[in-house]
Amino acid sequence: MFNKQTLDAVRSLLLFQADDHLIIGHRNSEWTGLGPILEEDIAFSSIAQDKIGHALGLYTILNENLGEAEPDTLAFMRNESDFTSCQLVELPIGEYDFSLVRHLFFDIAALIRFEDLATSSFDPVAKLARKVKGEIKYHVFHANTFIKQLGHGSEESKARLQSAINQNFGLALGMFESFEGEKLLIDQGIYKGEAAIREAWLGELQAVLLEADLKMPDAGKVEPVYGGRKGFHTEYLQPLLDEMTEVFRVDPAAEW
Amino acid sequence: MSTTVISATDHIWEAIAQVMDPEIPVLSVVDLGIITDVQIDDQLAVKVYMTPTFSGCPAIKLMEKQVKEAVEGVGYAHVTVETNFDVTWNSNMISEKGREIIKNFGLAPPPKYKGEPDMALLAHTACPYCNSENTTLKTPFGPTLCRSMHYCYDCLQAFEQFKPI
Repeated sequence: MFNKQTLDAVRSLLLFQADDHLIIGHRNSEWTGLGPILEEDIAFSSIAQDKIGHALGLYTILNENLGEAEPDTLAFMRNESDFTSCQLVELPIGEYDFSLVRHLFFDIAALIRFEDLATSSFDPVAKLARKVKGEIKYHVFHANTFIKQLGHGSEESKARLQSAINQNFGLALGMFESFEGEKLLIDQGIYKGEAAIREAWLGELQAVLLEADLKMPDAGKVEPVYGGRKGFHTEYLQPLLDEMTEVFRVDPAAEW
Repeated sequence: MSTTVISATDHIWEAIAQVMDPEIPVLSVVDLGIITDVQIDDQLAVKVYMTPTFSGCPAIKLMEKQVKEAVEGVGYAHVTVETNFDVTWNSNMISEKGREIIKNFGLAPPPKYKGEPDMALLAHTACPYCNSENTTLKTPFGPTLCRSMHYCYDCLQAFEQFKPI
């Protein structure tokens, strides 16, 4: 039904989203046992589990419908430069303020993407997206709730959130790096494209920050941090991959 | 001939209904609403289709195995169980009986909704112990992916809900 160039573009789209979810899922799981309160420990761990599920769903489509390798092979056996995740997701968890702000940035975008993909003309991804969007609503709800509470919390909580927002806004804009073949996807009703997703994201984010009494950076004045979609990463991705793949490298047939 | 086929399918549904959700071990996978189709061909090969409650549900593989064994246990040698997203599971698909079971298990059942679930539904979930709606959401995430945590101001107890999705 779709020609080769279009399917290549679908492959790029699904791969970078799967990689984003795998890497942020791994990072979120690093809060297990370290959350500032028990509920947050559980929340970040649950969100991590969902993200890995979403990555698996996307890798499965790549495998079953687009001829790529098995999901475990895609997740555990590629080199750093084969990952097309954005740089925002690979940064260490840092302090809770950074992780919370990253969670807000990422999940607003993820919800917009999956809501769009739920009506995609590429059927396998539309089916997955209809499932996933309901789950991501809980992630966005969680991020919004805490951003609003802490935005109206103490001077310190407000200042920490605002500086995390300001310092990482370029990385957030890096989520919307364009990729090859995007226009084919737009033309054929598969995906509405990064520029449109970014536009919707700016609107949603602004509404949340307004309610939280936090300032929205001026997107026109911040340089987006691109490169992730082309396989260029920070010094933080390789150590994450080393840790994530440790068991697999010791014993590729291990079951856990 | 057609009566035979129908009763065979019923027989298989009954066998599957003996498989419980590992996270709520009194609730069957049939009442949970995740069994989307059962087919049997003239060679008596059985295909069972499932859809996950949550895409990252760690219990799926176990449930597939248990469903397969349950159908084999009533005399079918060729059973395959496939999980896919052809039917999107939502919490409205839990049967009335399933809702009763969830409540008796000590969890608030998910409220039925029209269209898309609204997060505002979570704010005043009825307490499964005293039925009061004077409750608050503590966190949308709980001990399993499908549960949220709440507190009841009337009976002063924390409780969990099988959340609407």
